[in-house]
Amino acid sequence: MWKWIQKLASPKVFYETTNKLIPWFFWPFIVLIIIGLYWGLVLAPADYQQGESFRIIYIHVPSAWMSMFVYFIMAMAGGIGLIWQIKMAEVVAKVSAPIGATFTLIALSTGAIWGKPMWGTWWVWDARLTSELILLFLYLAYISLNNAFDNPKTAAKASSILAIVGLVNLPIIHYSVKWWNTLHQGSIFNDISNPSMHPDMLWPLLIMVFAFQFLYGVLALVNARDEVLVREQNSRWVRTVVMGE
Amino acid sequence: MTKRQNRMTLVALLVFGVSLAGYFGIKAFNENLLYFFTPTDVLEGKAPKGKSFRIGGLVQPGSIIRDDLLVFFTLTDNKKTIEIHFEGILPDLFREGQGIVATGSLSDENVFLATEVLAKHDENYMPPEVAEALQNSSTKE
Repeated sequence: MWKWIQKLASPKVFYETTNKLIPWFFWPFIVLIIIGLYWGLVLAPADYQQGESFRIIYIHVPSAWMSMFVYFIMAMAGGIGLIWQIKMAEVVAKVSAPIGATFTLIALSTGAIWGKPMWGTWWVWDARLTSELILLFLYLAYISLNNAFDNPKTAAKASSILAIVGLVNLPIIHYSVKWWNTLHQGSIFNDISNPSMHPDMLWPLLIMVFAFQFLYGVLALVNARDEVLVREQNSRWVRTVVMGE
Repeated sequence: MTKRQNRMTLVALLVFGVSLAGYFGIKAFNENLLYFFTPTDVLEGKAPKGKSFRIGGLVQPGSIIRDDLLVFFTLTDNKKTIEIHFEGILPDLFREGQGIVATGSLSDENVFLATEVLAKHDENYMPPEVAEALQNSSTKE
């Protein structure tokens, strides 16, 4: 296992591995997203209070979950890059940022669209919404910082430190609805063994979360593969890959 | 210490320092992070006086009086209640027993004059039939 990880730190092996892994993420994503969307948007029953409008949850919750998951991966990869100086970890962190930022943006906008008819407002400055907005700013700061340096090593160092500092926001987002009075409702999994959502509605939601998880995998792998080619453009193996055998 | 261990310690210190700063930050701003006060808070004088603030609770069943766009209702947190007076358009989810958050200020007679009323829904999602069945079984008890 350890040997395998060390091998993965070599750009060439990393490139070949990501290339092989892409279909293993792409096809599960396609299957899960079709099942999840059809089940959630068509088969699942309407909500007793919110009617059909609640169905936006099938986009809102998976993207909100991913906005935090991707940030966690990004900070971890950044930390690994800092400590062990593995360039491929820096690549993973760098390509994750725009993906995570997009998930955050989707979570915020679907939340606003949901909030208008249900709460009566697009936006409120409660703890949940505000901390999620801060997450978006953290992603944007990470991306700008990463692009502000010519030297990729310095860029990775500075942005990884920022990513690790921003980690503190994740528990705040997660527990905001528990620690403070918020307009945003609590978590469905407040009691993990007894989720507050009917199983007929919960299953498609879980499937959508897995679909988004695989989507992140596909996007990260494709972008990481390209990033490696750009970074290693002067090495012989890249020339063989690009120019053909 | 090797260079790598050195870096590991630095990253660990960074995480520790930031968590500590976050903890004290949250502690310091705890009050400000509350989106609304409950009727009990307000009657105990915890809400700012003479200033606009938000109050949250449940609409007491049977308390809604409507007169065109004028609405009067009682807000409860199942301990204390406060009269609310509002003129304007209510969200669709506004109904008896519903959680709401109102913005406004307290009059001298302890009536809350709301300028905005938002509905707060909970994290319970179920089909209408299930909700009905739950309602029936709870009224039978």
